[in-house]
Amino acid sequence: MNAQPLQTGQQATSAQPPSPSPSPSPLTVEAVAAGIRRRVLEHTLRNNGGYLSQACSSAEILATLYLRVMRLGPSIAPLIPRAFAGVPSRDNPNAFTGAGYNGPRASELDRFIFSPVHYALVLYALLIELGRLGPDALEAFNTDGSTVELIGAEHSPGHELTAGSLGQALSQAGGIALARRLRGETGRVWVFMSDGEFQEGQTWEAFAALAHHRIGNLGVYIDANAQQCDGPMTDVMTIEPLADRLRAFGAEVHEVDGHDSEALAAPALARLSGSGAGTGATPRAVTATAPTPQHQAEPAPTDRPLVVIARTDPCRGIELLRERAPKLHYLRFKTPAEQDAYEDLLEHWQDSSSQ
Amino acid sequence: MIELVTRPHRSNLIRFAAEHPDLLVLGADLTASCEADGFRDQYPERFFSFGMAEQNMLGFAAGLAREGFFPYIHTFSVFITRRPFDQLAMSIAYPNLPVRMIGFLPGITTPGGVTHQAIDDIALLRAVPNMTILEAGDATEVESVLAVAQTIDGPVYVRQLRGEVPRLFPADQPLRLGQARHLGQGTDLAIISAGICTEEAINAVAALRSRGVSVSHLHVSTLKPFDDPQLLEQIAKARHGAISIENHSIIGGLGSAIAEQLAEQGIGKRLIRLGLRDTYAHGASKPYLMREYGLDAAALIRAAETLIGESLQIDDIALAKIAANIRTEAQGETLAKADKTEDL
Repeated sequence: MNAQPLQTGQQATSAQPPSPSPSPSPLTVEAVAAGIRRRVLEHTLRNNGGYLSQACSSAEILATLYLRVMRLGPSIAPLIPRAFAGVPSRDNPNAFTGAGYNGPRASELDRFIFSPVHYALVLYALLIELGRLGPDALEAFNTDGSTVELIGAEHSPGHELTAGSLGQALSQAGGIALARRLRGETGRVWVFMSDGEFQEGQTWEAFAALAHHRIGNLGVYIDANAQQCDGPMTDVMTIEPLADRLRAFGAEVHEVDGHDSEALAAPALARLSGSGAGTGATPRAVTATAPTPQHQAEPAPTDRPLVVIARTDPCRGIELLRERAPKLHYLRFKTPAEQDAYEDLLEHWQDSSSQ
Repeated sequence: MIELVTRPHRSNLIRFAAEHPDLLVLGADLTASCEADGFRDQYPERFFSFGMAEQNMLGFAAGLAREGFFPYIHTFSVFITRRPFDQLAMSIAYPNLPVRMIGFLPGITTPGGVTHQAIDDIALLRAVPNMTILEAGDATEVESVLAVAQTIDGPVYVRQLRGEVPRLFPADQPLRLGQARHLGQGTDLAIISAGICTEEAINAVAALRSRGVSVSHLHVSTLKPFDDPQLLEQIAKARHGAISIENHSIIGGLGSAIAEQLAEQGIGKRLIRLGLRDTYAHGASKPYLMREYGLDAAALIRAAETLIGESLQIDDIALAKIAANIRTEAQGETLAKADKTEDL
C-alpha cells in the first residue's frame, strides 16, 4: 500500500540560491511585498482582470511567513512549472502536488498550507520573488493545460491541498499536524487563511478540534481585509469580534497590523523561543484521547493553536483601487479608460512603490 | 440453519487493527453505536473523537491519510454521505486518499427514521470519482470487508452492518473485490441482491424453486467499480428477465448500475428494480419497513410473477415456512428484539 499517495515534486532542480533575480539586494519583506504587488498588477492587466486587492492586503503576510516565520528547505520543484498531469487517481501515477516549491518534507521542517486559493497569483508572485519559481513561470498563468491556475489546486506551485472550497484546508492541516505529532516530528504546520473563511461552520469545528486535541504545532495567519465577493464583510455577514471568538475556542490569538512585518513575525518567534523549538513533539501517549477525559487541566500555552489576525488594507500600495470600493474582490476593468489608468500605474511602478 | 453472530464488526475491528499499526479510528459521538468502543478501549492512542462535526472530521482524516496513516471513520452512513458531501468529494476523494469510511445503518436498517436512514448514499457516492463502494451482506462479509478495503489505493465507503448479523456465507469464503457470489443457477429468472436483501432473496428463491421456477441468484458486495461480467452473463441467460433488490432508493443504486450495464451492452432483458421507490421512509422496525417498502421476499415473488406472467400461488404462510426452514423461528425473534433495543 502506498503510504505516500502523492509525490511532492520532482528532484528537478537542486537547491537554489535564495534569489537569483530580480534584485541583487538582500530580500526584505518590504521589497518582496512590493514585487508581489507589481507582478500581480501586471498579470491582472495581461489577464484582463484578477484578484488584485488580495495582493494588496496579503503581500506582507505571505512575505513574512516565507522570510521570517517558516523553516522551509529550498525548492525541489522545477523553476518552470510542469504542465497539468491529470487528476489524482489510482490509475495516474503522474499526479503531483505543488508542495515541492516549499521545500522537501523533513521531520524538522515546517509545512505551508494555503487555504484561500483564489490568492494563487499572489503566491506565484511571491515564489518568483523568492527564486523558488522562475521569472517566466507566470507565462503559463491561467492558460489551458497549465498548473499555474487562476484559482489554485494541489498541483499548482506552492499549493499542497485542493482548498478552493473555502474552509476545508484548516481541518486537513489539523490532520497533518496531528499526524506529525504522532510521529514525533518537530516541524510545524502553518496555514494561511482569509477572513471570509470564518463564516464557514467547518472553520469553527476545526478550531474546536484543534483545542480539544491540543494541537499546538499549528499556526494560522489570517488576512483580515474585511472584504468578500459581495462587498464589505460587515454588510455580508460579520465575523467580529473575531479575536474574542477565537480565544473562546481555545486559540492563542494576536491581532497585528498586517503590513508590519515585525508585528507579523513576533508572535511566531515568541512561540518558538518560549518553550524551545519543537513544541509539536508532544509524546503521543500524553495527548491521546483517553476514553473518558474528565476535565483535564488547562492546556499549556504551547498546546494551543497560534492565530495571528493580520488587519489589512485591501488597497494598500495601489491607491487607484479605492475608487472601486466597496467591491474589491475581483477586479474586472469596466472601461478602457480604467484599464489605461492601471496600465499607467504599472508603467510608472518604480515611482509608486518607492514612495 | 443460519448462525446469528453478535457484533461481528466490534471484535473484528480490534483483531484487524492489531495487524495494522497505522490504522486510526475517528469517531463522531457514535462510537459504541458503530461498534468501535472495543477498539477505543484497546487502542486509546489510536482513537480520535471529533464530536458531532463530520465536515471537520473528514478533513482531519484527509490530513492524516496524506501523512501515511489509514483513518477508519466510524459513523452512520447518512452523516458520512449527506452532511459533509463537499468535504468528502474535495478533501478525500479528489486527492484519492486512503480514507476508509465505515458507514453504519444503511437504508432502513434503523428505526431512527428519515434523518438516520441512508437511502441515497450509494447514488451519491457512485457519482464521486475515485470512490470504491462496498456493502456487507452478512457476518462473513462484515468480518472480511476491512481487509478488502485496506487493499484499495484510494477512498472506500463501506455499508456496514452491526448488532446481530446472520452468517449466510461460510466464514472461510470472504468478501472478494468485484466478484458477486453466485448463490444459485437458473435460466428462467436472474435475481441480483445486495446487503440485507440477500437473506430475503434466498428465501424467495427457495419458494420460487418449489414452484419449478429456475432462478439464478447473485449477491453483490462491490457496488463500485461495477464490472463483474457474471452479472450480465446470468441476466442474458434468464428467459423472463431480472430482478434487483436493494436496501436503497431504486434511483442510483444497484438496480441503476445493472440497468446502465444492460443498456450499454445491448442486452434486451426486462429488469424490475426493487427498493425504495423514490420515497423517504420513516421510523419503524426493519421487518415492518422491508415489507412496507417492498424490500422483502414477498415483493420478490410478486416481481417474479410479473416477469413470468402468471401467479405462482405462494402466499405469506408458504413463504414464512420456507424462511423458517432456512432460519429458525427462535433466531428470528432474537433479531427482532435486537432491532428494537439497539442504540440509535
